[in-house]
Amino acid sequence: MELAWVLGTPLFGAIVLAVFGARRSAAELNVVISLATLIAAAALVLRIIGQGSMTVAHEQFFVDPFNVFLIALTALIGFTTAVFSRPYMRIEQDHGRLNAHRLRLYHSMYQLFMAAMLVALSTNNMGLLWVAMEAATLSTVLLVSLYRTRASIEAAWKYFILCGVGIALALFGTILLYFAAERLLGGEGMRALLWTHLNAVKGQLDPTVIGLAFVFLLVGYGTKVGLAPLHNWLPDAHAEGPTPVSAVLSGLLLNVAMYAVVRCKILAVGAMHSALPGRMLMAFGLFSTVLAAFLLWRQRDIKRLFGYSSIEHMGIITFAFGMGGPLANFAALLHMTVHSLTKSAIFFAAGHASQIAGTQRIDGIRGLLTVSPTVGWGLMLGSLAILGTPPFGVFTSEYMVLITAMRDHPWATPLLLVALAVAFAAIFFKVQPMVFGETDAQRLPHPPALVPVFVHLSIVLMLGLYIPPALAQWYRLAASLIG
Amino acid sequence: MMPPLNLVTQLLHVLAAGLLMISFSMLAQRRTRRLIVLLAWQGVVLTASTLLVAVTAHLQHLYYSAALTLIEKVWLMPWILLRLMRRLGIEGDSDPLVNIPTLMLVGLGLVIFAFGLAQPISSLATTVTRQTLGIAMAVILLAFLMMIARHKAVTQVIGFLAMENGLFFAATSTTYGMPMVVELGIALDLLVGVFIFGIFFFQIREQFDSLDLHQLEALKED
Amino acid sequence: MNALALVSQLGGVVLAVALAPLLAGWVAQCRAWLQSRSAPSLLLPYRTLRKLFRKDAALATQASPLFRAAPYAVFGAMATAAAIIPSVTTDLPLARVADAIALVGLFATARVFIALAAMDIGTVFGSMGARREMMIGFLAEPALLMVLFNAFLMFGSTALPTIVKGTLDADGLTLHPSLAFAGVAFVMVLLAENARIPIDNPGTHLEVTMIHESMVLEYSARHLALIEWASWLKLFNYACIGFTLFVPWGIAPRTAGPLGLLLAIVWLLAKLAVAGAVLAVIETVSAKLRIFRAPEFLSMAFLLAVLGLLVHLLLQS
Repeated sequence: MELAWVLGTPLFGAIVLAVFGARRSAAELNVVISLATLIAAAALVLRIIGQGSMTVAHEQFFVDPFNVFLIALTALIGFTTAVFSRPYMRIEQDHGRLNAHRLRLYHSMYQLFMAAMLVALSTNNMGLLWVAMEAATLSTVLLVSLYRTRASIEAAWKYFILCGVGIALALFGTILLYFAAERLLGGEGMRALLWTHLNAVKGQLDPTVIGLAFVFLLVGYGTKVGLAPLHNWLPDAHAEGPTPVSAVLSGLLLNVAMYAVVRCKILAVGAMHSALPGRMLMAFGLFSTVLAAFLLWRQRDIKRLFGYSSIEHMGIITFAFGMGGPLANFAALLHMTVHSLTKSAIFFAAGHASQIAGTQRIDGIRGLLTVSPTVGWGLMLGSLAILGTPPFGVFTSEYMVLITAMRDHPWATPLLLVALAVAFAAIFFKVQPMVFGETDAQRLPHPPALVPVFVHLSIVLMLGLYIPPALAQWYRLAASLIG
Repeated sequence: MMPPLNLVTQLLHVLAAGLLMISFSMLAQRRTRRLIVLLAWQGVVLTASTLLVAVTAHLQHLYYSAALTLIEKVWLMPWILLRLMRRLGIEGDSDPLVNIPTLMLVGLGLVIFAFGLAQPISSLATTVTRQTLGIAMAVILLAFLMMIARHKAVTQVIGFLAMENGLFFAATSTTYGMPMVVELGIALDLLVGVFIFGIFFFQIREQFDSLDLHQLEALKED
Repeated sequence: MNALALVSQLGGVVLAVALAPLLAGWVAQCRAWLQSRSAPSLLLPYRTLRKLFRKDAALATQASPLFRAAPYAVFGAMATAAAIIPSVTTDLPLARVADAIALVGLFATARVFIALAAMDIGTVFGSMGARREMMIGFLAEPALLMVLFNAFLMFGSTALPTIVKGTLDADGLTLHPSLAFAGVAFVMVLLAENARIPIDNPGTHLEVTMIHESMVLEYSARHLALIEWASWLKLFNYACIGFTLFVPWGIAPRTAGPLGLLLAIVWLLAKLAVAGAVLAVIETVSAKLRIFRAPEFLSMAFLLAVLGLLVHLLLQS
């Protein structure tokens, strides 16, 4: 029942906003709908804590501690982003970059995107998972090109084509998966695509077919995670889309794609009885981390900079899931949480920063502290947090990843350390002059909504200092499910 | 010497081979209009093979699949694309800068790769169409190659749709198709995708005055 | 070797040599109809031959013996090739001596002679045509071999009569997807090898485009007659190779009596009529390619043939 609310609210919201999205009050409506989704998600969490995993609607949907945690995170960031986007989009409208018609598209697609992601997270059907992932891509493509500038259209086209190809490969992987399972579970009643059933018989699935299927699924969904060398769309889409879209892309879509990869990895490991799927994840993750860290140096656009930072962090998460085991999975889940929260907070601050400066170029943004101390501090603290400075939660999770790597795969540790150090230096040197320094920029016409920034950062700070036992228990449960 | 095959299997093999041949012609075809016609033909072959499998295996849902393919891939998609081209005034468009012999050789390599990859899987399948999985994979990879080699927005979209055709064929040939819900979802996504592509054509044209994707190279690693 | 086999062997060659101009005339007639011109007589090639044989041969002063020998060599090669191809019956004693690969070799021999002769005089057109011919041949031969390999793979033999027998003996209709690829490739090779329209235009004397014509410019009278006859025979041979590989029905088996052979000749005529018409249609609907596109055309043919092989290996494994 709660799940129906979780999925139904944004879907209903998308329809309502498609009709009323052009009104001045649409932004508030967007916030209210997102809040309703969040409340429903909270209720769902309580239910799962009380009752454990469940399947609903003829087993088509399935909620366990692993995905309910992501559902809650998605709903939370969906809500805070909606709060942030209210003044942000209003400023964009005043600047003449958007009109009411485009805003209607934005609001409606925003809710549709949320609905698609929540379906992807909660579905038990690997085929529906694919459909929902594709729907999430389709709903964001037009958001990336919302400004209709040359650069934004190019970014959206790249995003569409690259993710389209990626997702097509994932479909092939899904077909192979179905093929392998159909022999065990039979074609009728679609049991052969239901993850719970697949998981139950994964030991008997044919290793050759599953191995091949996993390669396709990993490359396919990995494109959406932004794993190198298939990451090209990510910085462009993040830089050229409106900031709230960058925030949800980085904070949520990447997580959902990661979730799909992890679900597939569980099956692949079970069927192949080998560490090969894990090794593949590790290789992709490590390569993405190192590559992104070095590419950070060359960025001149603030949102591109943090787009590359997302690739780096998704690489770390992929690497951690690849290592497997309770500690690494725990670290990966924690890192997913803190990265989503921090990165969306940074995008909020960076969005306002570029509105103040009137440009996204790092050279053009100076002296944020003098114009708007909240934006300046938000960006500074957010950057420190994402770089893994100690009291923040990112430090905790990166530390756990590093010690697991040191114990199990010592060869990878120096690479990771170098990547982290390079990323630290790159981002720190670029952010510092933006926050401090002189400027003659003007204040914004609407007060920026920076409550979400500080809410996110304080949660991240709290997770760094103290993980509540209930939450830790929950992470542990989810980590053990991943295996 | 080959084992005796029944007529249905032979017909399916012929259809599969036809699909592969169409894929290669698409790779070699420079004119965009003819590419769309070839895409529609691919849809026709897919419909025929799906129907044949449906009749042979007595599967209800494959009839719906075949009907869906006929409507979506033979009629709707090419119609939308042709209409778009007419609206954009690019009916006589062609891609002159394609080195076709090299493309063909690469394509041949891909076919060998696909066949090699499919061999162990085909041997596990029980469907009458199992041997065509290699061809389905080849069709996917060739469409992929076409997308890489072409630089026009419309051609890339055609490549994308051809890839989807290959995926559909793979699904029918290994497992008698995916469950209906999934198939409907895929068809819907595809349709929405084509609409968005259409919107894009206009956006790109408006901003760049051309549908040549060479112009979309401003965003580079820097 | 019985007497009938000997007769049919000799008769096959005579038939081929006699029918080849008729096929050329038929194709020309079909083309004329399709292009709404008034058609030349079906027997025009025979009249041309008669006219040419009656004339006195004029030779360039610097022509070497090779130049004079080449027409005979070319004609001889084509006639030998006709002896190997089972156009009417599979009972060909000579076919056991040479298989289909030797057949390709015979065509190559003819090509070498004609190209050498073209260069012998030292005119610009001659050597240009020779170079072009060699380029086409160099691309077409591998493609033809690949087409033949498709059939070889299917029946486990390189001898054409065995291939025919294999298809005829199969119970029921067997569809071979690989043969569809090979068939298309074969038609492409046939067009290129016989100076047909996408590659060369037999009906024109434009300097920049012609290939075959520019090589034989220096020939006259009986030499030219032999060369032309040989090129018609080549088309006939190619058509018969096509029949053996793709539509062998109607070819008399080893056991057939004289009546069976007669029936097979009727079949052959019918098939030739259809093939000629199809050739005319192809020539009418397609435009001549620039010479620089010829490699592309032939590499397509090669590729299709290889694809046919691959498809065969995949589907029939």
